[in-house]
Amino acid sequence: MSHHDIDIDKTVRTYMLVFGALIIGTILTVAASYLHLPPGPGIALALLIACAKGSLVVLFFMHLIDEKKFIYWLMGLAVVFFAFELFVPLLTELDNINLGS
Amino acid sequence: MSMAIPYTVEPRPDTGLNNVKIGIWLFLASEVMLFGGLFAGYIILRVGSTDWLPGSHFGLSVPLAFTNTLVLITSSVTMVMAWASLIRKDFSKYRLYMGITVLCGLGFMVIKYIEYTSKFSHGYYPSTHIFLALYFTLTGLHGIHVIAGMSYNAYLWGPGAKMWETAPEQFTNRVEASGLFWHFVDLVWIFLFPVLYLL
Repeated sequence: MSHHDIDIDKTVRTYMLVFGALIIGTILTVAASYLHLPPGPGIALALLIACAKGSLVVLFFMHLIDEKKFIYWLMGLAVVFFAFELFVPLLTELDNINLGS
Repeated sequence: MSMAIPYTVEPRPDTGLNNVKIGIWLFLASEVMLFGGLFAGYIILRVGSTDWLPGSHFGLSVPLAFTNTLVLITSSVTMVMAWASLIRKDFSKYRLYMGITVLCGLGFMVIKYIEYTSKFSHGYYPSTHIFLALYFTLTGLHGIHVIAGMSYNAYLWGPGAKMWETAPEQFTNRVEASGLFWHFVDLVWIFLFPVLYLL
């Protein structure tokens, strides 16, 4: 985002809305942990809320929502490698996974 | 003869971005890999473990971690407000918001110190259990990032702020780049909080 084409008042209003949403998301994260859901749904819900909060930070605080294409490609590539990093090791452990705990 | 570093302010014709922004995003991409590897380690060890124990077993404090989450989120907002103040050319507001950001970082580390000393006093070390090994590695690495970000923000609040008088646009870019790093630190914590304290 270039400094010259910013409607700063609108941007600041957006920051405040995102701030509120992040606070609510944090409260929801803690509240969800008191539901004592089984491990699978419990982890899924907590990570879903974390992903929503993370998206708000990346899109609005880090201005990714109106960045140049180059940054999208760069971070897209990072996300692809990140996915490999997360899931490929997991595939090697499929036989040993203990979902009960 | 002095040579100016090119594209610190004006965008490169090929990418449409200045080098500061490209540099910080490249760095953040490498950081995604760094923390990604550790999160992968967490998942593998957690799902493969037959004697996994949650953080609550070791007395990890949810209220303290919740407070720390609020502190970091607040610091992210003050960081963007510091940058927005520079766009508005309001330097005194910038100083105020950047100062609060640095103090929030300090507050986060003080709470982390309280947590760590509490664990050590109970005889909980990284070698005690696989959960604690992950906890200390992930939060320790994150803490190092908080200290690094806080130190650079303190520099931009103090001696580094002189640049505002000579090269305001370049200074604004520096603050933006520092902010991008700081938000990334916040982003990592957003995932660490539920993963280590609540699940």
